[in-house]
Amino acid sequence: MRLELVPRTDVPGYARTLAPLGAIVAAILIGGLVVALLGRSPAAALDVYFVQPLSESWGLQELAVKMLPLVLIAVGLSFCFRANLWNIGAEGQFVAGAVAGAMVPLATHGMEAGPWVVVVALVLGTLGGALYALIPAFLRVTLGVSEILTSLMLVYVAQLGLDWLVRGPWRDPKGFNFPQTVVFEPGAQLPMLMEAGRLHAGAGLAVIAVLATWFIFSRTLFGFGIRVSGEAPKAARFAGFDANRLVLIAFAVSGGLAGLAGIVEVTGQIGQLKPSISPGYGFTAIIVAFLGRLHPVGILFGAFVISLTVIGGENAQILLKLPLDLTTVFQGVLLMCVLAADALVSNRVRIVRTARA
Amino acid sequence: MATSDAPLVAMRGIVKRFGALVANDRVYLDVRRGEIHALLGENGAGKSTLVKILDGLLQPDEGDILWEGRPVALKNPDAAGRLGIGMVFQHFSLFENLTVAENIAVALPGAGGLHAVAERIADIGRSYGLTLDPGRPVWTLSAGERQRIEIVRALLRNPKLLILDEPTSVLTPQEADGLFGTLERLAASGCGLLYITHRLEEVKRLCTRATIMRAGKVVAACDPRRESVARLASLMVGADVHDVRAAAAHPVGKVRLEVRNLHLPSPDLHGTALVGAMLSVQGGEILGVAGVAGNGQSELFAALSGESLAPQPDDVLIDGAPVGREGIDARRLRNAAFVPEERLGHAAAPGFALSENVVLSRHATGGVVRNGLVSMASAKRIAGEVIRVFDVRKGGDDPAAGTLSGGNLQKFVVGREILREPGVLVVDQPTWGVDAGAAAVIRQALIDLAARGAAVVAISQDLDELFAIADRIAVLHDGRLSAALSARTATREEIGILMAGGHATDAA
Repeated sequence: MRLELVPRTDVPGYARTLAPLGAIVAAILIGGLVVALLGRSPAAALDVYFVQPLSESWGLQELAVKMLPLVLIAVGLSFCFRANLWNIGAEGQFVAGAVAGAMVPLATHGMEAGPWVVVVALVLGTLGGALYALIPAFLRVTLGVSEILTSLMLVYVAQLGLDWLVRGPWRDPKGFNFPQTVVFEPGAQLPMLMEAGRLHAGAGLAVIAVLATWFIFSRTLFGFGIRVSGEAPKAARFAGFDANRLVLIAFAVSGGLAGLAGIVEVTGQIGQLKPSISPGYGFTAIIVAFLGRLHPVGILFGAFVISLTVIGGENAQILLKLPLDLTTVFQGVLLMCVLAADALVSNRVRIVRTARA
Repeated sequence: MATSDAPLVAMRGIVKRFGALVANDRVYLDVRRGEIHALLGENGAGKSTLVKILDGLLQPDEGDILWEGRPVALKNPDAAGRLGIGMVFQHFSLFENLTVAENIAVALPGAGGLHAVAERIADIGRSYGLTLDPGRPVWTLSAGERQRIEIVRALLRNPKLLILDEPTSVLTPQEADGLFGTLERLAASGCGLLYITHRLEEVKRLCTRATIMRAGKVVAACDPRRESVARLASLMVGADVHDVRAAAAHPVGKVRLEVRNLHLPSPDLHGTALVGAMLSVQGGEILGVAGVAGNGQSELFAALSGESLAPQPDDVLIDGAPVGREGIDARRLRNAAFVPEERLGHAAAPGFALSENVVLSRHATGGVVRNGLVSMASAKRIAGEVIRVFDVRKGGDDPAAGTLSGGNLQKFVVGREILREPGVLVVDQPTWGVDAGAAAVIRQALIDLAARGAAVVAISQDLDELFAIADRIAVLHDGRLSAALSARTATREEIGILMAGGHATDAA
């Protein structure tokens, strides 16, 4: 006896929309079970994880700040993933963007320059991320090198490069030997959106990225080409789309948005370069992209859920003495539930008794 | 104790279904000791499914397998191997960086050390003429040598029945000759061989019995040495001709599609290079291209459609314009249209709605894309028209292409191109694996399109189809395209001999 997945032919649209919600409920139930096994009250954990951060202004702002880089990166990744290209180096492109963009505030430090500094920094950061992502794309197109390996390995190159810069040439001379640059001038930082809080103007960029991506995939021939080349490469060739050109553009867009996220994080949030500018945003964004089914609105939702678990996890560590690793566990359970819900919506499970032979 | 005159293996009434598709429909097959038994059939006839059942990879839904007269259950390849069933696959599964001996030892648990394996390889080599150096790394070996490894690997388990799945598809003629010698020696030593192929010349030369499958059923069993190649071909391809209305007399116009001495190396390792292809099709005419699968059909289609670019601009001409270096969209803009062989994944994206699949081949020629923006409303309107005119049966309003049945999707992808009223249409296997009703609709549409003045090229393995619709028939064999014969005067035998690589004059 074995189990077989038989594809369903008529999946209603609402089932696909409801599947992630069902997955979240299932993940919360499993998470509650784990909390109970750790000897804590699941109800209290639910409150600390999901209710408190959403009921206070600081929590909401913190949530938006965490979501911002995830949304930018994941929306960019959707261009690659939809084309069936495996860019898993967004973390490196994030760092490359931060470094390329930071050149402007560092070069103009102490010069009383205007707000143009931050604008130029954002542009340079985007370009830096795009160029860095074009390395694996170019290697794939010309030499057939797997982009999975190259994009991942370039993450370490970028991180070590940043490390060298902030310990060497770019180190703040008055920084007591800490590995970090000077703090950027106020004019070189993104303005805050609210008086008391941490939400900065980068949020606007994320909203624009989501809307633009939605428009590109739903309305333009370019977005159509990306989708076809991911779904059926031979059909894309039949349609006359140039596969190599699509690889290069998808990587450039993806890297550009990751680079933008990097420089936004540095100019809006941290205010200087240091070795740890990202707690793994580039990798977490991969989960976010798939949680959101590579759809821009879905990605907003995915980033919301993941950020909530991160903030809730910090909360739970303080208030309930629950280990922070529980958050990682929960994220993993959530991803598995979403994938399972997906499989069960598109397929029917059939029990097959082995035939008499 | 089974009697010694029972066949080595007998499959009785085997049925295997995949969803709605019946891949094997009450199939009977037996193989005796010491014979080379051919299993013939086109792609998709059900040969591979049957053989996978025999190798324990698939379980039949109905039917029995008798091994030396006793019923057996082949639960997995290991069980089949223990009985003495060995399999040589079409595609090699070897570790490139290991040596010959290492590759063989990996597949033979309990074979002893490498040294012992090397000795046994040498033994087998001497008995069957399979020379192999056990110490050579695999990456240095030719396709023929790699296949010898697979065969030796199977022989080391002392099989009583050896199954070979299209073993010559990657061999040079000389390597194939060597293989035939080995197989004859194996048969002489009492081993039964089941030889799967669609190459008829090989069957006539090598095999003493043949079972021919079509559409999941056994359609004939015969002695191939006594049959002509043409007869075997027609058994394989089937003779279910459907009536199509011949076009009313219409004028044949000037040449609309021409290929001049096109040489095109195959980009794919196992593909076929086109050698000096010449063809010319006039408006109002259907040119049929016959041939056994794998003789350069997809390469010819790619060269005509522009998916593969020709070396010179004037290797391919559409309405007199040199288009050899133009891509598929540029050729579409010259009012040419194309329908590739594979419906799902090439002609249509399976997960995309029918309207989106309209955008796939229509985006360059206007009506659905303006300023880089796709008008889904226009695409839906065109899809609706194709569905209405070609009677495409579907579930839902605008379903994904992958949910349609083969015949309905084929009507859709052919209709999508024909409704554009192309001046040149190239279609590869217009009715492959399509039910009779849909096939008739598609053939009629091709005839009517030509009657309206278009030049049509239909590449097909179905000779009956070509005789029904084509005005002239050329044959593709090993990448070489023959001169076109008039479909009215050519005989099935003439075409059959050309398909087998002979010359038209041989038939006379």
